[in-house]
Amino acid sequence: MKQNDITSNYKYVHQPVQKKDAMALVTGQAVYVNDIASKESLIVKVLRSPHAHALIQKIQTESAKKIPGIACVLTYEDVPQKRFTMAGQTYPEPSPYDRLILDSRVRFVGDAVAIVAGSNEKAVDKALAKIKVKYKVLEPLLDFRNAKDHTILVHPEDNWRSLSQVGADNKRNLCASDSDGMGDVDEVLANCKYVVEETYHTLANQQAMMETFRTYTYLDAYGRLNVVSSTQVPFHVRRILANALDISKSKIRVSKPRIGGGFGAKQTVVAEVYPAIVTWITGKPAKMLYSRYESQICSSPRHEMEIKVRVGADEDGVIKGVDMYTLSNTGAFGEHGPTTVGLSGHKAISLYGKLEAYRFDYDVVYTNVMSAGAYRGYGATQGIFALESAVNELADKMHMDPVKLREQNMVREGQIMPSYYGERTNSCALDRCLTRAKEMMNWDEKFPRKKMENGKVRGVGIAMAMQGSGISNVDVGSVTIKLNDEGFYSLSLGAADMGTGCDTILAQIAAEELECPLENIAVKGVDTDVSPYDSGSYASSTTYITGQAVIKACVKLKNQMMEFGADKLGLSVEQVSIDGKCVYNEDNPEEYITISDISYAAECGCNTAMQVTASHSSPVSPPPYMVGMAEVEVDCETGQVELLDYVAVVDCGTTINPNLTRVQTEGGLVQGIGMALYENIQYTEAGQMMNNSFMQYKLPTRQDIGKIRVEFEESYEATGPYGAKSIGEIVINTPSPAIADAVYRATGLRFRELPITAEKIAMGLLEKA
Amino acid sequence: MLIKMWLNGEPIRDHMDADMLLLDFVRRHGALSVKRGCETANCGLCTVLLEGKPVLSCSILAAKAEGKHVVTLEGVQKEAEEFGTFLANQGAEQCGFCNPGFIMNILAMEKELKDPTEEEINEYLAGNLCRCSGFVGQLRSIQAYLKHKQEVRAHEAE
Repeated sequence: MKQNDITSNYKYVHQPVQKKDAMALVTGQAVYVNDIASKESLIVKVLRSPHAHALIQKIQTESAKKIPGIACVLTYEDVPQKRFTMAGQTYPEPSPYDRLILDSRVRFVGDAVAIVAGSNEKAVDKALAKIKVKYKVLEPLLDFRNAKDHTILVHPEDNWRSLSQVGADNKRNLCASDSDGMGDVDEVLANCKYVVEETYHTLANQQAMMETFRTYTYLDAYGRLNVVSSTQVPFHVRRILANALDISKSKIRVSKPRIGGGFGAKQTVVAEVYPAIVTWITGKPAKMLYSRYESQICSSPRHEMEIKVRVGADEDGVIKGVDMYTLSNTGAFGEHGPTTVGLSGHKAISLYGKLEAYRFDYDVVYTNVMSAGAYRGYGATQGIFALESAVNELADKMHMDPVKLREQNMVREGQIMPSYYGERTNSCALDRCLTRAKEMMNWDEKFPRKKMENGKVRGVGIAMAMQGSGISNVDVGSVTIKLNDEGFYSLSLGAADMGTGCDTILAQIAAEELECPLENIAVKGVDTDVSPYDSGSYASSTTYITGQAVIKACVKLKNQMMEFGADKLGLSVEQVSIDGKCVYNEDNPEEYITISDISYAAECGCNTAMQVTASHSSPVSPPPYMVGMAEVEVDCETGQVELLDYVAVVDCGTTINPNLTRVQTEGGLVQGIGMALYENIQYTEAGQMMNNSFMQYKLPTRQDIGKIRVEFEESYEATGPYGAKSIGEIVINTPSPAIADAVYRATGLRFRELPITAEKIAMGLLEKA
Repeated sequence: MLIKMWLNGEPIRDHMDADMLLLDFVRRHGALSVKRGCETANCGLCTVLLEGKPVLSCSILAAKAEGKHVVTLEGVQKEAEEFGTFLANQGAEQCGFCNPGFIMNILAMEKELKDPTEEEINEYLAGNLCRCSGFVGQLRSIQAYLKHKQEVRAHEAE
């Protein structure tokens, strides 16, 4: 079905409306955690381990506690000894329970050793300096390639627990392990004329959202712990904090104000535990603001992965087999370790529709570096870099245009995807995306390279990508919609808008359903005491999952208003209809009651609440698809890469808000460009992370990105709201493989490890010469 | 130490530690739009105007503003709203956390550069990081805003 026919009649859906909170944000209103935290809050800071692996033998806090203004100094002796996970996931979490708020064993440089809270920052800093720790320094396990079954154990403790069957075993440094497949991949590859076998390596990139991790806590009049946090997962925060503090879930209320970006980082409870335990112990309000330094060295970045790929095609260019082995480095703790890794295979292999066999094996290992977590793309980014690079290498080996190879092999609408849980792709415009991207890039003319008069060389590269839309059979989105005075509605959400605009997108869907002006929808989220349950904003789920909950709730409320209106009109519900303004007699539209009158009538002598809650979960997770193409210009003297042009064509189903969809895409592409070219993670031999500020961790600036052009080729996903799929994550997946191939086409240098810095290119060209 | 300055046109007298940063000082006095995004003068979130010139308030002592005028987004609400509408029309304000510093620098750029090219805009604002928007929507909004201002000026000149 062509999308344009359907969407042309929409009033609010498919419209580029302003975000509801836009004017507050652009005028700098005080809407973030640190703007609304009480001025009386204790300042909370954490003493961090200088060692990658050590046991705390003795820790002296007496002189720290004596400093005026210090409210408490906590060590591992003061906190509950029940392990939990900081991963914001649906219970029972796949991530192992391997954390304590403070532990006597420290597992990476930056691990928490003690918590200090005081009335002012200077006192806290002084107290931190006064704490004396005697460590027994242990040999760290830093090489993730040798971590499995190593004699050094990151988690030797007996109270380590895995709640789910993910192949975890702490006595083998395994956070997860599994294998999956179809057919005999060895035989299929043995019969392929062309086979590429290579290994690819991606690093633990930082989300680097502009607002670092931060949380404010206080006790309310009922003695409950109130947590105001910059989080994507308020409901998970409630459960995780209760586990960490070993208190009843009923004691905790979590709310989130405006969030200064998340990108997955805030799907892990990174900062919350520290002020929470301070407030719980002292009874005083407290806040923890992560420094950028802490956000770089002790947070929840992307999982470093090394991916071995074998991919083979027959002489006609049919890709018949893919074999992938992913080794994922979860670092010191297992947050999101067992789940991110799966996407590295499932969301890469499934791009190819003619496979006779595939195999996907993985191990996720513990090491003594900072724990990894969730970052936009969630493993798919790493897997797609590996497989799309390998397919580009395959094309090269076959002397075939990589676009043509994909045209022949890409997944197409209607196909079953065996490597994607056997789901059928019912909405897939990947073919149209490729055609359009090729036109936009003028690929046929530019491929593979062009030598410029100034000695520089241009090259072009391509990659395809997919993601999911929510986690099938797991994610739950819920909304409550209520009719108020004069007929305006309040829409209560459990989904967390972290700047993406989901509050507005969900309001657009409600306005469309209820046929009312967008201003008539007042949005509120999230407060775990009053909002309906929502898993949270992650896994590209909000528009697709919570959007459907909005539709369900609006339909229910409309039915309720029709019943109520019919009763008032002395008619049966079958005789009436509803539009945005009134409930009316279908046979005689002059006979009606306005929604406004219904709202007032429902407030007087009425036994029906004009309020409904609806939930939605999906048995499928329809993939969005996209194609990215890069044109680079390489200075062969210096290795400098200039990204001249990046073309992206995306199929995310219906774009509910085309502006926000476009900005998601542009933003994701630039993060992907950073990952491809600039954002480096380097450790010293002792396990200290060196890229610990924006001086050393180079985010792309507006001067680094060249031209970026985004278009949409919409399909219609019948299980999504108004045909929508997801957009948030997929957009980060194409730059690394597309840019790597463009650099190869320009220079002949193949980079299988990110980032592709100018230095590496210059050194590579020197070696080649 | 005692410090006297003007914050958004209001005179302020306050006792503070000599090592207090301008960022913390203006936040203490209610200018909560001013944000800290890094500690290394890389992100531009804390940009304020000191005597009309954009400075990074995370890297300047409050004492440096003694006797001077400091302007934050709170002091230029009308201008913020005017440019901000263009930004919001692109959906490029996104999480909003970098907006105040970014907008302060745009207002400074507007005074300093006449009809800047795309390259000049990108150079002037290179120190203003944004992790959400990918900068492209920001550029569209700046260009639309500058064009609008030009049209307004042309209209007024008639």
